[in-house]
Amino acid sequence: MTGLQDRLTPEQVEEFGREMDELRRRVVADLGADDVEYIQNVIKTQRGLEVTGRALMYAGFFPPAWLAGVGALSLAKILDNMEIGHNVMHGQYDWTRDPALSSQRFEWDNVAPAENWRHSHNYIHHTYTNIVDKDRDVGYGILRIDPAQQWHPYYLGNPVYATLLAIFFQWGVMLHDLEVDRVVKGERKWSEFGEERRRIGRKMGRQIGKDYVLFPLLTGPLAPLTFAGNAAANLARNLWAFGIIFCGHFPADVESFSEEETEQETRGQWYLRQILGSANITGGPLFHILSGNLSHQIEHHLFPDIPARRYPQIAGEVRAICEKYGLPYHTGPLHKQLWSVAKKIVKFALPGSGDREPEPVTVERDRTPAAA
Amino acid sequence: MAMRTAVRRAATRPGSLPASLASLAEKLLTPHGVDRYLELVDPMLVRREIRGEVVALRRPTRDSVTLTVRPSRAWRGFAAGQFVRVTVDIDGVRRTRCYSPAGSAHRDGELEFTVKAHEGGLVSRQLHEHGHVGMVLGLSPADGTFALPEPRPDSIVLIAGGSGITPVLSMLRTLVDERYPGEVSLLYYARTPADVPYAEELDALAARRGVRIHVRHTASDGRFTAEHLRRVAPWFARATTFLCGPPPLMEAVRALYADAGISERLHTEEFVPPVLTVGAAETGGRIRFARSGVDVVSDGRPLLEQAEDAGLSPEHGCRMGICFSCTQRKVSGVVRTASGEESAEDDEEIQLCVTAAVGDVEIDC
Ligand SMILES: Cc1cc2nc3c(=O)[nH]c(=O)nc-3n(C[C@H](O)[C@H](O)[C@H](O)COP(=O)(O)OP(=O)(O)OC[C@H]3O[C@@H](n4cnc5c(N)ncnc54)[C@H](O)[C@@H]3O)c2cc1C
Ligand code: FES
Repeated sequence: MTGLQDRLTPEQVEEFGREMDELRRRVVADLGADDVEYIQNVIKTQRGLEVTGRALMYAGFFPPAWLAGVGALSLAKILDNMEIGHNVMHGQYDWTRDPALSSQRFEWDNVAPAENWRHSHNYIHHTYTNIVDKDRDVGYGILRIDPAQQWHPYYLGNPVYATLLAIFFQWGVMLHDLEVDRVVKGERKWSEFGEERRRIGRKMGRQIGKDYVLFPLLTGPLAPLTFAGNAAANLARNLWAFGIIFCGHFPADVESFSEEETEQETRGQWYLRQILGSANITGGPLFHILSGNLSHQIEHHLFPDIPARRYPQIAGEVRAICEKYGLPYHTGPLHKQLWSVAKKIVKFALPGSGDREPEPVTVERDRTPAAA
Repeated sequence: MAMRTAVRRAATRPGSLPASLASLAEKLLTPHGVDRYLELVDPMLVRREIRGEVVALRRPTRDSVTLTVRPSRAWRGFAAGQFVRVTVDIDGVRRTRCYSPAGSAHRDGELEFTVKAHEGGLVSRQLHEHGHVGMVLGLSPADGTFALPEPRPDSIVLIAGGSGITPVLSMLRTLVDERYPGEVSLLYYARTPADVPYAEELDALAARRGVRIHVRHTASDGRFTAEHLRRVAPWFARATTFLCGPPPLMEAVRALYADAGISERLHTEEFVPPVLTVGAAETGGRIRFARSGVDVVSDGRPLLEQAEDAGLSPEHGCRMGICFSCTQRKVSGVVRTASGEESAEDDEEIQLCVTAAVGDVEIDC
């Protein structure tokens, strides 16, 4: 794998960074009522689907109604977590100063408390994208997904762990924020996570309370069907979110980085890493919305705090800039990216799949600190 | 009114049936809460937030607009003279400014705001140009210490200029509704007769027993003098005075009361933010917004403005040191407040809108 800095001269990297900054400036200056109307419409749709799904459970004895209810509720949860929750919690709508769209106050329909997730995702993952040992999203702390991760017999279970993670993804995210993997390895102590654990306790109580106790009880004799329907909707959201997120960073041609090569990055180098470390998924407009526009993972990683509906609009420009600098722009349809990730999960279950040699840093760098 | 209040209280008494239903609904609609669903049906249905719907609107002068606003159920009334933070959406961004209800505190089923459109003003122009019946505004609970005290003083002087009429008119209307037995005088300044909102009502109020009102037009009568005040309230020195108006009027009245040694009888309300002055030599410090990881070089302006220019959106309301919505923890460094005091204490809570950095400062925001 090529070292990050070998591809372009330092001047080219900074020029490239300036073009990205300029693109960002233009989009930010254009934000306004349309962006708010868009997200409000998504919210309205989500709330409508949720109410419909809950209501259909009262007719759960009629299989088509039950299925339609599960469908509506699954879509509601997917929209809530992806296009609304993930994006609002990134601060994409903080400029509106609407408390209901505030990254600090928004809470999503997911057992992982927003506050814990914001730390592990917005800060750790987005700052240290694809830096092995620093970005804890590389393999989620339980999978081996990169040759730079040392093999261990534990990883023989890679495909099993991945399947379990997909099925229980919201719980995985919740434990991931708690850094359970590192606690098990003895790198961190339980006692360091008192605050996070209390938040999880409260959030779990509320989430389980509504999906698995209150709503089922309210449907009286249909309680078991409602329980199963709610579980099915949570499962659908889990599989979908897992699929989208794993396709965003782990298809075969996406690169990972070492701590040394990313020390003291400039802003241009940071942008460069985001492009090389992310992959898009092609699809239609509805697919993009349901993926929370994470199908535009590259644009999202370049500009995590710009409203996601802007990503498809700027994708053409980003791609053209990449071409101009001879940079790859990873993209492909969902099935291809999923297949590529699945192959990787199986391949890295086995030892010695081509250990990665960090390339020496070959160019002098401008030592201005990178923006996060 | 009294009955409506009683019904409202009963509806929220803990343990009552409606309260249990409300709490069940909150549990079912977690994490977003009931209001986020109700507002999609009708923005005025919200239970926790306060909102107001414009039910009538007129433009009493060329550059002002009077809005009659019906508040949602969470509204808890106000004391005459207090203000409300009003929020409007302008091109997708929520903007909040303070406005003082001008109506009687005894008729809080409807609030009346009179807003003067400022040239280049964001919110006042939005309300003046685009305000319409049916428009929904965000409201805060009433706030502020500029209010008629309980028990009422024996005699009251009200002095106002321009848009500063609103809080003192509220006081006057409240006193009239209460059949206030003491004497109350209003001295009001507007540029010309065409600039006086409430002209007819002021005439009608002046006919009440114990009420005296003088309207002065600065274009012809000149600015505030002690003589103007003595004409309308010869007994002003033993009365309690409430003053609200443009800075020159405020200064002139303050000076008069200070000379007479009765400053403690004067209560004031400012509509315009105080000017922050940090010496040129003191700019150039490094301001670090720690939680956001943003550093800027201080140019002497309030920390709130500098944070916003750096792309952050700290919470705020009045932007002039009244509401404390912009309070954040200062980790270290020296700041200067609008009153000119410097403070170097670590871990102290500061209001971003009225403090500027003196040297390097770190804020947990
Ligand atoms: C406690 C309180 C009560 C208030 N009650 C009322 C009221 O009842 N009716 C009312 O009309 N206003 C009232 N105001 C003033 C109001 O809050 C706004 O400041 C005013 O409407 C201007 O807001 P804006 O968004 O239009 O202007 P901005 O966009 O905030 O400012 C634009 C320009 O106008 C200047 N400016 C801002 N406010 C004033 C002002 N008051 N006088 C002169 N220049 C100004 C600014 O310096 C700036 O240059 C009150 C203010 C306070 C603090
Ligand atoms: S914004 Fe109101 S006190 Fe600062």
